[in-house]
Amino acid sequence: MDLISLSPFDLTLAALLVVALAGVTVWARMGLGRSLLIAGARTVIQLLLVGLILQTLFDHAQLGWVALMAVVMLAVAGYEVMARQQRRFAGLWGYGIGTVTMFISAFAVTVLALTTMVGPTPWWEPQYAIPLLGMLLGNTMTGIALGLDRLTQTVWRERRTIEGRLAMGAPWSEAVTTMRREAARSGLMPTINAMAAAGIVSLPGMMTGQILAGAPPVEAVKYQILIMFLITAGTGFGTLGAVWFASRRLFDTRERLRLDRLKAGRHA
Amino acid sequence: MDRLLDVRQLKTAHLGPLDLAVQPGELVQITGASGSGKSLLLRALADLDPNAGAVTLNGEPRDSIPPVEWRRRVAYVPAETAWWGERVDEHLPADFARPKALHLLEQVALPEESLRWEIERLSSGEKQRLGLVRALMNQPRVLLLDEPTANLDLENTKRIERAVRAYLAEEEAAALWVSHDTLQRQRLGGRILTIRDGQLEAPAWT
Repeated sequence: MDLISLSPFDLTLAALLVVALAGVTVWARMGLGRSLLIAGARTVIQLLLVGLILQTLFDHAQLGWVALMAVVMLAVAGYEVMARQQRRFAGLWGYGIGTVTMFISAFAVTVLALTTMVGPTPWWEPQYAIPLLGMLLGNTMTGIALGLDRLTQTVWRERRTIEGRLAMGAPWSEAVTTMRREAARSGLMPTINAMAAAGIVSLPGMMTGQILAGAPPVEAVKYQILIMFLITAGTGFGTLGAVWFASRRLFDTRERLRLDRLKAGRHA
Repeated sequence: MDRLLDVRQLKTAHLGPLDLAVQPGELVQITGASGSGKSLLLRALADLDPNAGAVTLNGEPRDSIPPVEWRRRVAYVPAETAWWGERVDEHLPADFARPKALHLLEQVALPEESLRWEIERLSSGEKQRLGLVRALMNQPRVLLLDEPTANLDLENTKRIERAVRAYLAEEEAAALWVSHDTLQRQRLGGRILTIRDGQLEAPAWT
């Protein structure tokens, strides 16, 4: 591997670019300088921290530590899904629906990929398991958050239509068909777009990273294809599952639309 | 006499507990100040809002009837009807009988072609008349009518009144009719109940 190590000086130069940009926005009174600097500082601290954690994890490769890391990642992703909802389910459901479906889809796909496709020994080798899980969780999180947000928003907006259909004797599943379809679409669209644009509009980040690290382009491409399919499957099944569970939860056993189970989130 | 709809100790978040018994063929008018819960009563009876109490239809307890079936038999027609498809006939029951539809359309003075009309181009009065026809296609035993003539002129209002009366007589069905219009109240006749403080009572003027 002919990886060129970056010196602190290299990073400082790059940081100066951001500082320069912040300076320009302050000069132009755009009010972005502070946010830029804080976000920049967060990047440095968070990434250094995660780098240290990963280094420690790689040095003490034990299943328990890998599992703990995975659980922490899942917990944070679950919180992110909930926090991005304008209208979310009250109580534990608000956190539970996203987290559980993410656990089922992202973890299942990661374990499947590790045991059957990538095949490191042991299968939970942190160098493979953690980045793979991270990419899957990150994308599944976005898909589920978009899907759930769209579902609750459209159901709220279209409640008269839904109740009109219920009043005509339609089952709950029929009354929310269009909202469900729209929600699944909006959750899956980013992934479908990414697959369609891959390599033409953008060089995917993971592939770029591997090439920079000295991997032969064809090897990097093979990994990228694998990852894209895994992400699509994870995001897709996760979003479909979350939208299904959430739409079921919007109706009770007598198939009544229960908008009282939703509450306004922080952006509403 | 047999009770078609029997309601005992009905309670919702804002109403009750209240009792109500309706006979076959009967039309009961529901009045009350705005915000008194007239629509909430109809919604609870259609089982669209959470509610507790013993409700039976022809002696059959509501809990033993699947919700989908219940709402076909106890049909709620809101003041503002909802439409989700592109054309009128997409909103009718999938297996609707054409002669029956034509008979109902005729009663509310709409032509056969109205089944193929685009929703976008319907007037509010047409929506209201078609909304009633749509609900009657399910052959409900009880009609819950929430100001069904709010958007109509006098001529069409009277058509709706006659159509509902005819339906109740033909099918031995019953209706709860929410109305604000004093003249309509006199035309419709029958029993009048007022909602006050979440309770049903006979109105002060009778």
